Amino acid sequence: MTAIELATSNGTLMDDHGADAALAIRSMTVSYGQKPAVFSVDMTVPRGSMTAIIGPNGAGKSTLLKAALGVIKPLAGSATVFGQPVENARARIAYVPQRASVDWDFPTRVLDVVLMGLYRELGLLGRLRGTHKTRAMECLERVDMQDFAKRQIGQLSGGQQQRVFLARALAQNADLYFLDEPFSGVDAATEKAIINVLQGLRADGKTVVAVHHDLSTVPDYFDRVFLINTTRVAEGTVEEAFTPQTLQEAYGGRLAMGQLGQTALGT
Amino acid sequence: MLWQALTLQLGYNATLVTLGATLLGVAAGVTGTFLFLRKRALVSDAISHATLPGVGLAFILMVAMGGDGRSLLGLMLGSAASAWIGLLCISALTRRTRLAEDAAIGAVLSVFFGIGIVFLTFIQTMSEGRQAGLEGFLLGSTAGMLYSDAVIIAVGGATVLLAVTAFRRPLSAVAFDPEFAASSGLNVPRLDLIMMGLVMAITVVGLKIVGLILIVALLIIPPVTARFWSERVTGVLWVAGIFGGVSGYLGAALSAIAPALPTGPVIVLVSFAMFALSLLFAPARGVLAAVLKHLSFQRRVHVRQGLLALAQGQPIYEKLTLRLLRRAGLVRADGVATSDGKARAAKALRDETRWQMARSREEFALAATFYDGLTEIETVLTGDQINELDRLIGAPKGVRP
Ligand SMILES: Nc1ncnc2c1ncn2[C@@H]1O[C@H](COP(=O)(O)OP(=O)(O)OP(=O)(O)O)[C@@H](O)[C@H]1O
Ligand SMILES: [Mg+2]
Repeated sequence: MTAIELATSNGTLMDDHGADAALAIRSMTVSYGQKPAVFSVDMTVPRGSMTAIIGPNGAGKSTLLKAALGVIKPLAGSATVFGQPVENARARIAYVPQRASVDWDFPTRVLDVVLMGLYRELGLLGRLRGTHKTRAMECLERVDMQDFAKRQIGQLSGGQQQRVFLARALAQNADLYFLDEPFSGVDAATEKAIINVLQGLRADGKTVVAVHHDLSTVPDYFDRVFLINTTRVAEGTVEEAFTPQTLQEAYGGRLAMGQLGQTALGT
Repeated sequence: MLWQALTLQLGYNATLVTLGATLLGVAAGVTGTFLFLRKRALVSDAISHATLPGVGLAFILMVAMGGDGRSLLGLMLGSAASAWIGLLCISALTRRTRLAEDAAIGAVLSVFFGIGIVFLTFIQTMSEGRQAGLEGFLLGSTAGMLYSDAVIIAVGGATVLLAVTAFRRPLSAVAFDPEFAASSGLNVPRLDLIMMGLVMAITVVGLKIVGLILIVALLIIPPVTARFWSERVTGVLWVAGIFGGVSGYLGAALSAIAPALPTGPVIVLVSFAMFALSLLFAPARGVLAAVLKHLSFQRRVHVRQGLLALAQGQPIYEKLTLRLLRRAGLVRADGVATSDGKARAAKALRDETRWQMARSREEFALAATFYDGLTEIETVLTGDQINELDRLIGAPKGVRP
């Protein structure tokens, strides 16, 4: 049995199989103050899968991603990426933050933002060459933003900014992509453009993990879901883990029962 | 005299001091750019005020050990040590208490400065203290500067400049998007510390020339000024370096001919003049450029709307529109379109119809983002695409290509 088959049949992998997974989180607890935002969470993301992280506002989705990326230090627990500690696997990770805390008046153009995806590769003293610019332009083309390369970043609409951040992640040329609400505040056309890019990544054997809020599109876009509300509620394939029961458990009284039934039963 | 000062003909020492100040200005402008982009400008003010107790203590110690007490290197080391302690206090106050950073900055700045003034007052009572000239560290002075002092300043400035240049990419990545920077493996707290260390180095090196009260100006005014000129970090860095260098150069040269004048305020006035000029006249983001751009845009909008109204046979009520159309020879004094006006109006309407069609079709979605009511569609689409649009528009209501 391969790791993916194991994962789909069990929902979770055993610890010793974590090495095969793209991402394995073990008993992770993250806290900003006295109250944990994420409590004792286990998560396993098989290679080549596309996982939606779902949960109500404040459920700890962004926190979980940031802890997995090593942006914030967890109180307890650990994360491994392709069987290695995150610090050793940086080159294989790309990240699109929740849009965002950046300063939109920052003196930087669209192409410069995408080039930031290459800084890690360039190192401290490496020279930025023409080939790097070509690569950044290619990434902009993949999200249809090549005509905006010279615009100041603040002169874009929200959806266009989101595409640029996706292009920056593409420039990182990674194997595992983390996206925090890539579809928030974008119109249908941009949503389609973004999902095409993500599905293209999966077709190339990459792994995608995205925080997602629109329950109605989960079955179309993703093959796995991870439901969280501070603790893990459910994890597995869409059929297994995306059910009225699990949603009810994750969202509590916050979704009307009818709504729950519709989205999940419609799968 | 002024000319001689500006062309470095006032003797070896004055020349060296001027060159040192220029280098310091360049380094301060470049370092300050990252401080400004990271929105930590005020921390540098706290750092500089926190140097004062160190200056006083270093003097007292050196005298107590039988030394001169005025050795610039010794005073610099002392000031660096106390600035570092000030920095640690700020970071401890913000991390361990619920105090916001601005409150911590205010507290550290005033307490350290107060302690420093107490030391200076005490030094005044020492027999060695009267000629110490430590007041020069408040507002800066180049008078009586030694050859070795100038060399220390020049070397210090150059070293900081090299270090900032090496770290420019990670520093700007952290300033723009710290979370992404951390996710790609940059150590954000350490880079912040490096930045603060470099700012501290600039402060300590510039203490003698600019003085601790005003060094913040040399760090912050050049990047703020440069921001008017460029939309890119590289551009801002270059312009800030140049402006900082000019400020340092002019400040030192001017105070060489008027030794009574403290150097710090002269440098600040020079950089303020450049700031004011940039605010008004910079082509990219200056006030005047913005007003002109706005006026020209407003005119084009009025003409365009007037033409569309003409083409659709609607009356034009706005006086500005009529005046602009008349001035361009598109309508006669009585408001009737000239033949020129009719042709332009038909063209404008056709453009608008094509745009509307392009904006409603998905295959033109990219081009549609260029719609602003003014751009001619020919500048965005190819002939084939326009033919396709015309086909989609179908039997036109009175507009033919
Ligand atoms: N920087 C912070 N400092 C203190 N508390 C925080 C911080 N960031 C998040 N929290 C808290 O941690 C909890 C989880 O936040 P998190 O941002 O992970 O939620 P989320 O699931 O991403 O929510 P959303 O859907 O709104 O993005 C929330 O209760 C939030 O208030
Ligand atoms: Mg979130």
